[in-house]
Amino acid sequence: MHIVGGILPSGNRFMLTYLLLTLALLSAAGYYLGRHRAFAVANGQLRNLHSLPGFYGSYTALWCGLPALIVLAIWMVLQPGMIVDWVVAGMPPELRDLPPDRLNLMVNDLKNLVSGNIVSSTPNAAILEAANHYRNLQTIGNAALWVVVLTLAMAGIAIGWRKISPTLRARNRVEQVVNVLLIASSTIAIFTTLGIVLSVLFESIRFFHKIPISEFLFGLQWSPQTALRADQIGSSGAFGAVPLFTGTLLISGIAMLVAVPIGLMSALYLSEYATPRFRATAKPALEVLAGIPTVVYGFFAALTVAPLIRDLGSALGFQVASESAMAAGLVMGIMIIPFVSSLSDDVINAVPQSMRDGSYALGATKSETIKRVLLPAALPGIVGSILLAVSRAIGETMIVVMAAGLSANLTANPLAAVTTVTVQIVTLLTGDQEFDSAKTLAAFALGLMLFTVTLILNIIALQVVRKYREQYE
Amino acid sequence: MNKPSDSAAPDFRNRDIKTIVNAGLKRRHAAERRFRWYGLIAISLGLAFVALMFGNIISKGYPAFWQTYVQLPIRFDPTVIDPEGHHDPKAIESADYAALVRAGLRDLFPAVQGRTELRALYDLVSSDAAYELRRRVIANPALIGTSQEVWLLASATVDTLVKGNIDRTLDETERPIKDNQVGWIDKLQASGKIEKQFNTILFTGGDSREPEQAGIRGALMGSFYTLLITFLLSFPMGVATAVYLEEFAPKNRWTDLIEVNINNLAAVPSIVFGLLGLAVFINFFGLPRSAPLVGGLVLSLMTLPVIIIAGRAALTSVPPSIREAALGMGASKLQMVGHHVLPLAMPGMLTGAIIGMARALGESAPLLMIGMVAFIVDVPKGLMDPATVLPVQIYLWADLPERAFVERTSAAIMVLLAFMVLMNGLAIILRKRFERRW
Repeated sequence: MHIVGGILPSGNRFMLTYLLLTLALLSAAGYYLGRHRAFAVANGQLRNLHSLPGFYGSYTALWCGLPALIVLAIWMVLQPGMIVDWVVAGMPPELRDLPPDRLNLMVNDLKNLVSGNIVSSTPNAAILEAANHYRNLQTIGNAALWVVVLTLAMAGIAIGWRKISPTLRARNRVEQVVNVLLIASSTIAIFTTLGIVLSVLFESIRFFHKIPISEFLFGLQWSPQTALRADQIGSSGAFGAVPLFTGTLLISGIAMLVAVPIGLMSALYLSEYATPRFRATAKPALEVLAGIPTVVYGFFAALTVAPLIRDLGSALGFQVASESAMAAGLVMGIMIIPFVSSLSDDVINAVPQSMRDGSYALGATKSETIKRVLLPAALPGIVGSILLAVSRAIGETMIVVMAAGLSANLTANPLAAVTTVTVQIVTLLTGDQEFDSAKTLAAFALGLMLFTVTLILNIIALQVVRKYREQYE
Repeated sequence: MNKPSDSAAPDFRNRDIKTIVNAGLKRRHAAERRFRWYGLIAISLGLAFVALMFGNIISKGYPAFWQTYVQLPIRFDPTVIDPEGHHDPKAIESADYAALVRAGLRDLFPAVQGRTELRALYDLVSSDAAYELRRRVIANPALIGTSQEVWLLASATVDTLVKGNIDRTLDETERPIKDNQVGWIDKLQASGKIEKQFNTILFTGGDSREPEQAGIRGALMGSFYTLLITFLLSFPMGVATAVYLEEFAPKNRWTDLIEVNINNLAAVPSIVFGLLGLAVFINFFGLPRSAPLVGGLVLSLMTLPVIIIAGRAALTSVPPSIREAALGMGASKLQMVGHHVLPLAMPGMLTGAIIGMARALGESAPLLMIGMVAFIVDVPKGLMDPATVLPVQIYLWADLPERAFVERTSAAIMVLLAFMVLMNGLAIILRKRFERRW
């Protein structure tokens, strides 16, 4: 557990809103002042100015808002931690010298006490004293923040005002700032990927310190428990993820068995046989399937399809689990149909018409052209789109959480209950959790596997599709 | 070598080529027809699934928009409500209104005696009935001392029976409602004291463990706040990124890296974004669990690639002549983009954004990771209040065994789908209205 203060402890929230509002108002004032000043220094001759008056306004507004905002952000990040440090430093020594985890707990209690929540233990005098100290520091800190930010904003306006002259290259300055903002927002994608990789990787490494990586990758037993006491019955959990991988593959396999034939044949029919009018209605109707939230599929799978398959199976004399892989896989397959069909539709349409014409000229029927010319030519692209669909199926969560089981069975029987990687991530991380146990860390290790596998599948698929496109362009 | 006798060639010489083709033609045409049928069957299967799912959900869900009410004769007994006669609001608020409901039920069925029998009788009415009476009395204290016929919320089992979803032929022990209760309900129905009214609670109530009192308002507000954050963050950033990559960025390794990242993020499983949110926003930055703020942050990271990709497509569809004209008139690059290119690309960008928001509205997996699955009764009032969203509410209700919750889950799904249809319809209209072919 990290020692972190909430960025926005409850009392700060309204203050922050008002502060931001004030800052926005000041910036607007800065804009008008700057514009006005530009008119003034131009002596009524606008062509004396280097830039349009509005740019001088924006220039002043930026001087007002930007430094103040940066200071505000840094302040908000640093303040809670510093307050905690000061409060802890001001505590009696017997509290200060507690072991780190106990200290952490106490600090949490303290924060809850300050924000008026329920605390886990009755506060003693020292804690109450500390809470008061905390509150005082918070008030002082907030007041100081107001003063500093508003002073900066005013000073910014003054600087902007002073700097405005007919020769000031205001437009260029403003455009530089906007350019930096554009570049900054375009790096968000990189930071997101980095965030995903780092967060998942760090927790996974912690997990692999507790459970060896070979046991995780090749173990055949999955029962994620961690003991509360050392001598507890069943205290040793097993973290062998093979049953999860096979379960995921089984359900995705069933899904692909449903989605690939239906999706591919639909795409072929729509692009080769259907009249434009039929295509114009059937294609969007089929794509509705892609827009339905997955939780709806999950509900449908769990409450309609699963009982149906169970009744059907028992009527035929099979033993069907009520949360069979079949139900989840079938419904997931339905969900994936539009992915396969629209992706292969693109691919089929990319095959040059001349190839079709050549085949027809030799006397081939339509279906012969499709089977002997179109499909071989489009095969790489179709494989690519199927790989994308597989990665989608592996990462799908809600359907399996609602319709597949929780018990990790190592089986290939589609009528038995299996569990998947995503189901386990959800079950391990929902509900109360302590962040240090192997149980919760295992979820991140599974997440790492999921991320890696889907990433590799996507890269291969995109590569294949791109190569294929280039072939015909 | 080329002896005519050991190859198929003599056939061509001896027989007319037309007969060979004709011989195979029937088989080939049959294969053609078969193939065509396979295609048609595949499409019909796909469309049948759409129809089946919608039909299934609508047929299950539409009864939830109606709710059974029971009419009871209620005597607003002053000795129960206001025993001291001061009209003290506090006393009125804390009075035992459930006793009034029980008295009303006993008045209707005076013959019922004995503890178990009476308890079965009291179970016909929801626990909300007492709150309803309290609300009425607080709103209109003049009621005290009068007798009124009041429509009160029936319990979920009564509702289910009235809607015909309990098999009366089953043995008493196998259904949730007892024989004597069925008898009373039949009597009430015969005398017109049971009625189905439009279910407003579904839209005005928060979550509840009692199906008849459970509503989706809390979830809807949670979805609203979450999507608000998502839009406010992802739209400006998405537009800025698209503008930078299309109009300003030099073609180099760095921008290639950004592009690869965006394409990969679009394909990362949503649950991984949940893990990111848990590790970064909650554990590292210490933001509160279950808050719409965190949900919005996670969803905006998920929606960003969609908006960027749609935005770039919209920008490339603006013809270069417009840019050249603007630059030729002496505009700076930023003025060219801001005054001319961006306004022309805006409808396309908004369409992409709306489709991205519709997807975010239906997303639930990453929100499970950041704790938006708690049972929350109160309707959230801000970005930091614990909240849940509509899809997660559906997930939570789908787990509950009561038949009445199945009905409500389907109704919630219908509301969710209605919003999705609305958003996608808006996107289509926007595209049709403002799309320009250059």
